[in-house]
Amino acid sequence: MKLLPQALLGRETAEVIAIPVGALAASLLVFGAFVASQGANPLGVYYDMYRGAFGTWFSFQNTLLRAAPLMLTALCTALPARLGLIVIGGEGAVVVGGLSAASAALASRALGAPPVAVLAAMLLSGLAAGALWIGLAGALRVYRGVSETISSLLLNYIGIAILNHLVEGALRDPASLNKPSTAPIGAENALGNLPGVEVHWGLAYGVLACALCYVLMHRTTFGFAAAMSGGNVRAALLAGLPVKRLVVITCMLAGACAGLAGMVEVAAVHGRASASLVSGYGTTGILVAFIARHNPLAILPVALLLGGIGASGGLLQRTAQLPDATVNVLQGILFIAILASETLRGRPRAAREPEVRQAAPASAVA
Amino acid sequence: MSDATALGLWGIPLAVAAGAIRISTPFLFVSLGECLTEKSGRVNLGLEGTLVMGAMGGYGVSYLTGSAWLGVLAAGLIGAALGALHAWLCSKPRVNDIAVGIALMLFGVGLAFFLGKPLIQPTAPRLPAISLGFFSDLPQVRAALEVNALFLIGAALAPLLLWMLRRTRSGLVLRTVGESADSARAMGVDVNLVRRRATMAGGFLAGVGGSFLSLFYPGSWNEGLSSGQGLMAVALVIYARWNPVRCLAASLLFGGASALGPALQSVGVTWGYHLFNAAPYIVTLAILVAASSATRPLRDQPAELTLAR
Repeated sequence: MKLLPQALLGRETAEVIAIPVGALAASLLVFGAFVASQGANPLGVYYDMYRGAFGTWFSFQNTLLRAAPLMLTALCTALPARLGLIVIGGEGAVVVGGLSAASAALASRALGAPPVAVLAAMLLSGLAAGALWIGLAGALRVYRGVSETISSLLLNYIGIAILNHLVEGALRDPASLNKPSTAPIGAENALGNLPGVEVHWGLAYGVLACALCYVLMHRTTFGFAAAMSGGNVRAALLAGLPVKRLVVITCMLAGACAGLAGMVEVAAVHGRASASLVSGYGTTGILVAFIARHNPLAILPVALLLGGIGASGGLLQRTAQLPDATVNVLQGILFIAILASETLRGRPRAAREPEVRQAAPASAVA
Repeated sequence: MSDATALGLWGIPLAVAAGAIRISTPFLFVSLGECLTEKSGRVNLGLEGTLVMGAMGGYGVSYLTGSAWLGVLAAGLIGAALGALHAWLCSKPRVNDIAVGIALMLFGVGLAFFLGKPLIQPTAPRLPAISLGFFSDLPQVRAALEVNALFLIGAALAPLLLWMLRRTRSGLVLRTVGESADSARAMGVDVNLVRRRATMAGGFLAGVGGSFLSLFYPGSWNEGLSSGQGLMAVALVIYARWNPVRCLAASLLFGGASALGPALQSVGVTWGYHLFNAAPYIVTLAILVAASSATRPLRDQPAELTLAR
């Protein structure tokens, strides 16, 4: 599976733009037919979605707030995908990242650290916890042959259990009665808003992370080595590439991104760690990564789109009387359409060349 | 679980045993379904969506028709339809079965929540229980042995599937497709057709497993009904080494492990409630790590499987 356009000209580009846009349009049509069958006016629903996502400055800010963590969790799936791995552990990495960021904040606060130091501690521990979490899945893959998809899936549940265990036990703030959570990190330590807007700095982190990951994966020898290992692991090994180390490091970077998302949720949104960290950003991030075809730069607009779809859910509930799961239905249709559209890629060329049977995904990391 | 209160500490093994039977049924059906699908060389990671759709559809049909067994049938048919969708998508070139599974999981769960909104309030007829605890005077034992027919069907299905896989022609074809698609093609077998049938049958079983959730235990429809039983199917099958009878054993073990947290809580042990709930996941991961090797595939794993490669 080719993960990126090699040339930015000609049919490759047309394909890269036209196929996802076509899949998007097709899924909107299917979704429209679906809501019509439920007695809603599809055009009205489309309009409400646009209004709820991008229509006003307020709703656009809401969209940006949702897009920020999606950028980071999408990287959690997109980076290992360069190596041919399917990691779906974003949710767990968000949770452990947020939990350890909150713990670090409480610990450094107890030591009397100034807000800057508290934020730095949160940042580092969030990154580190996520890195170790997904790095574990990567290490199990290369050293024990455990499927990274299964292990990261299981790690999601384990991470959520650890979160619930700690916020209802050792780290519980006695004042949090109805909703067990850790003690607040304190308003002075919160991650503030970007200048001039009601959007926190997490958005800047997300954009920056996507840009850095793009440079790393597409403009450095590290990224080239990763792509080579993902394309043909035997060739990579013959070329002397340290494939195992590449996998573990890439997974750690991926996990660090998702852990950062958890840190941002704690530091800027909730102000404490609680079950609210399990918010589905990890799952939606998988979808964002696949729509963006695992290209870090393409993640930016796709995260905005999916963030917008999420933000419009509330308005749809109010105006069209559609249930909140409407958004999930659209996401599901979109995901299926995007995957199905993969098969259209490179069709004219396939007609010219002799049919080559698709071998098992060239992702077998030795 | 109140079963355990009156018996003191003896209530814990009893509640675990009861839980093993009760909670294991959805595990059993999804793992048998996944086992069948994976034997054909494809992974269906979307059984969570199938399970939740089956739970919703089964409950809805049971409510509308007044017959719980019609609900079970409907749940199975919905599951088979989702399986057909999975198989159709995966039969296209360059479409990855794992990714399609994730997509169908999101789609199934979303669709079930959407269509299931009006079903949260009404009460549908539930499946009857078969009381196997008649020999005992203890109400706790009787409650623990209220077994559902679906569990017995599933338990009987496991050896039947094993026999089918090992001793029948269709089982041989299925295994050939899973071990080497090229050999199967050389034999004149339509690989995609076999895989579609296996995925549809697997979806049918997973849908039936979902109907158990909404029609017997816990026995109502709501959005928190499934606690990831469908996701666990893939792990369970690896754990059971692609053997239906071992799927039964693994499901009982996981059911028992899932009952441990609530059972301990009922006798006042609240520490570690969530950790005990996560016990199945931790155990699965530990077993995977122990059983896997970086240099050779897992034992008994179908060679065409893209999952553990």
